[in-house]
Amino acid sequence: MCLAIPGKIVERRGDQGTVDFGGAYRQVNLSLVKARVGDYVIVHAGFAISKVRRREAEKTLELVRQIMQG
Amino acid sequence: MERLRDGKLIRGIVERIGEYHVHLNFMHACGTHQETLVRYGLDSLFGKVGVSVKSGPGCPVCVTTAKEFVQVMELAEKGKTIIVYGDCLKVPVNGRSLVSLREDGFDVRVVYSVEDAVRLAEGVEKDVVFMAIGFETTAPTTGAILLKDDLPDNFYVFSCHRFFLPAMIKLLELGEVRLQGLIEPGHVSAVVGARPYEQIKKRFQIPQVISGFEPLDLALSAYELVKQNIEGEPRVVNEYNRVVSANGNTTALKVLHSVFEEGDIEWRGFPIIPKSLMKIRRRFSAHDAQAQFEDILSKVTYEPSEIEKRCRCGEVLRGVAEPKDCPLFNKVCTLENPVGACMVSIEGACRIHLELGQV
Repeated sequence: MCLAIPGKIVERRGDQGTVDFGGAYRQVNLSLVKARVGDYVIVHAGFAISKVRRREAEKTLELVRQIMQG
Repeated sequence: MERLRDGKLIRGIVERIGEYHVHLNFMHACGTHQETLVRYGLDSLFGKVGVSVKSGPGCPVCVTTAKEFVQVMELAEKGKTIIVYGDCLKVPVNGRSLVSLREDGFDVRVVYSVEDAVRLAEGVEKDVVFMAIGFETTAPTTGAILLKDDLPDNFYVFSCHRFFLPAMIKLLELGEVRLQGLIEPGHVSAVVGARPYEQIKKRFQIPQVISGFEPLDLALSAYELVKQNIEGEPRVVNEYNRVVSANGNTTALKVLHSVFEEGDIEWRGFPIIPKSLMKIRRRFSAHDAQAQFEDILSKVTYEPSEIEKRCRCGEVLRGVAEPKDCPLFNKVCTLENPVGACMVSIEGACRIHLELGQV
């Protein structure tokens, strides 16, 4: 139920938008997030529930590198 | 994002865990975490370095009680159109399910989103009841719909939405399983934020990490919990900070709290958990199935059959039993003929174990 997947907003018209999930496009309700075209969002049951901060993903990988180096 | 599935990095983190020589029990509470653990073989990798990750009450369809399903079935038999998420369709109760009712000619339909349910109601004259299941991840979507002022009069919500944290707190209060760390669900946390978990830290002094769903996320989360155990200082660490913030999605939370209030409700495998039901507030009662059809619903009773009494789904949800500990697992209870909800939902531990694990 909490399965949610990231996608990129390619179009927004009011509360509705089109999100690109790696080539598959879907209409998504964007009323619960403050997001613009170009932003990545996590989509669950037809609604975007959170923005994805891609810079933070880089930080996660950096943390992994630090742990690996001991 | 592909790098978050990099086998070399994952094995590297697991090797680091191995250097600590620990024997620790953690629990996650999310079907998607369970799927990642089993699909990528992380559960056995962790096992080799002394880390066991149990599965907890993280499958919303599984924790919904048989009685709630019987109530919705009763509404179908009374001629209402029932709309559910696909995962609810086959949940069995004493040999019946919503799908078997559909085969008997009752009107049961599946949607991907609550918006689809409203569109469906617009096209029919009958009463349409949407069985709303899910934690804080899903509830704001139902809430956003109930806030609309142009909803069709024949659209009703049967709220099975539940707050996640009260269940985790109840599980720790019960104290049946010895746990040294909690892997908190990333998408519930996307909505509620990292802050609410501080109350668990304060009360139970247990290490916590909010985790994403890629295998490297879970490897890092396990490493973090091991480290907290070694250092002896429980914290709430947000590993999934690319999605989860301290305060969560404040817009979604505002929607959720303006539509729902706290109510007490039983969970499958648990006694009544105070303040864990998201009950529809009185001002939205015109679309509240539980309020509008109370006369039908209050007469519904549920008694488990002999075979259901042997189903250990409830214990699996409390982390007390593993799927293979159940006498019915893969013998009487199968993917084709499930006995318990844990064998039906894509987030159910029994189904994941049978579909992806080595049995």
